[in-house]
Amino acid sequence: MTVSLSPAPVKAAPPRGRQRRSITARRDNRAGLALVLPVTIIVIVVIIIPIIWNVILAFQQTDFTSVATNGIFNPFTLDNFVGVLTDAGFWSSLGTTVIYSVGGTAGSITLGLVAAIAFRKPFRGRGLARAVMLLPYVAPVVAAAFVWQIMLNPQFGIVNAVGTHLLGWSDPVNFLGKAPNALITVIVFEIWRYFPFAFLFITARLVGLPKDVEEAATVDGATPLQNFRFIVLPQLLPVIALLSVLRLIMNFNKFDDIYLLTGGGAGTEVAAVRVYDTLLGDFDIGGAAANALVLSAILAVSLLIYVRFFVNRGSEDS
Amino acid sequence: MSRIVVEKRVFGSLRWVVIVALLLVTIFPFYYMVELSFVPIEQLLLHPDRLWVPLQDLTITTYQNVLKSVDDGGQGFAHFMTNSAIVALSTAIITLFVSIPGAYALSRLKFFGQRQVSGLFFAVYLFPSIIIAIPLFVGFSAIGIRESLFGLVIVYIAQTVPVSILMLRTYIKTMPVSIEEAAMVDGASRFRILRSVIVPLAMPTIMSTGLYVFMIAWNEFLFALLFLTANRDLWTVSLGLSQLSNGIEVSKTVLMAGSVLLTLPIIVLYGIAERSLTEGLTSGADKG
Repeated sequence: MTVSLSPAPVKAAPPRGRQRRSITARRDNRAGLALVLPVTIIVIVVIIIPIIWNVILAFQQTDFTSVATNGIFNPFTLDNFVGVLTDAGFWSSLGTTVIYSVGGTAGSITLGLVAAIAFRKPFRGRGLARAVMLLPYVAPVVAAAFVWQIMLNPQFGIVNAVGTHLLGWSDPVNFLGKAPNALITVIVFEIWRYFPFAFLFITARLVGLPKDVEEAATVDGATPLQNFRFIVLPQLLPVIALLSVLRLIMNFNKFDDIYLLTGGGAGTEVAAVRVYDTLLGDFDIGGAAANALVLSAILAVSLLIYVRFFVNRGSEDS
Repeated sequence: MSRIVVEKRVFGSLRWVVIVALLLVTIFPFYYMVELSFVPIEQLLLHPDRLWVPLQDLTITTYQNVLKSVDDGGQGFAHFMTNSAIVALSTAIITLFVSIPGAYALSRLKFFGQRQVSGLFFAVYLFPSIIIAIPLFVGFSAIGIRESLFGLVIVYIAQTVPVSILMLRTYIKTMPVSIEEAAMVDGASRFRILRSVIVPLAMPTIMSTGLYVFMIAWNEFLFALLFLTANRDLWTVSLGLSQLSNGIEVSKTVLMAGSVLLTLPIIVLYGIAERSLTEGLTSGADKG
């Protein structure tokens, strides 16, 4: 359940004298390094070096030809950051990203919680129903986004057809092409795709909850709502906190879903889509790198604040 | 007392409303996808609000069209699927190959820099793909592997290694150390223990981790878009579908058939490994 980083307690061979232990320890040290080396090299080459390179690129005025000829040895400058921070488009994309991440996170966790509670008591076919509920999460994002596009299409989409024929909408709604609608729709899509994720985690926690406290409370006359509010929910808060952090990080950096649904148009240009457009639309490598770097910094600072305020307080309670 | 009764009634029935509503919301888009994939486009434009299509209006020409190669007047999805399969399969195999030893070392052995390596893998979670995308795009272009399935596989391996190490590690930690100690007394080296004790015992977890990695690689979109857009021969199914759906040349119901072909392998694999996958996932955090 938790992301534990501490190494497992190592039980070496029984200590039969100092020499024997140190030989085993040295051998384990060597074996450990050898076993972990390939995977570490891959991560360093494909993740760590690019991150460092991104920082360098952010301080250079580069395009594809100058990178090809000079490598990382272009002159350093702060122009990219000035450019990013003085561009109104950056700030509006940041605002959109925040609305999107917070809305998507809150929505998917709330719905996941509701689902987990509804599925708590066993019923016939619960296992299958649970498995089916995870489909939006495991399905390929491209296929899911495409179906949504078709469903919401103003001309032949099922939603508008039902809306105008049966529900009496006067005009078809443009869900993905108009300003406030589009952002709401991408957030709803996000909630649809990731509530199963929250559902999965919260269900796993619910299974582990001791039953006796709730039973005692019921005997004492607690209503189901009180039971949930004062007994179940407090025990779920740590999972919910963990989920919020995970989802906020993922949503803040989200690219696929929005790019596929709206292409970043109609007021849905989130930060990652903007970086992509800067890179491949304007061929401005330095600008894109600086933009990405500023975003990571903002995310890191917000996470730090979040952890300080919520996670520390939560651990004091428990 | 009456409040309890009222709440019990209300929540008792509300519960079923929620369950049915959620199931509808989850299943409907997939049902709609399958339905439209068997319908000629004229039928969709004629009856946009139809939820049930009469048998005589169904067709499989959509599938024929989407699968056939471009030379034969189709969309070439059979070729895209081959590309996706190559990429996803190589990613899964190589990722397992490097992360099994890594996971074992991190959960059992004490070695220099262990904490740093653990921290490194965790940090990979927190960095957005888009930040490594820019240097990788530039760097891979420079060394000439950007427009290749090989370049894509390298990126996918690096991206899936942390989650696969996490899943494997969680399992290895639950295995009793005594088995290994017995083998060590017999003089087996760590490599041998890994190969002939750990791997066979952890096989179910290894399989479900492999499946999960396969699914991530099969579904991936951003790097495929970034690296391969210019070269149609190398498109993966995800990329092919997104590129073709932007245009107006290919009819939407043909592309629905493409969506089904993109989704089907994932559903099948998920169906096989559902139980162990969900357990493996909740035992660690996930990137997605």
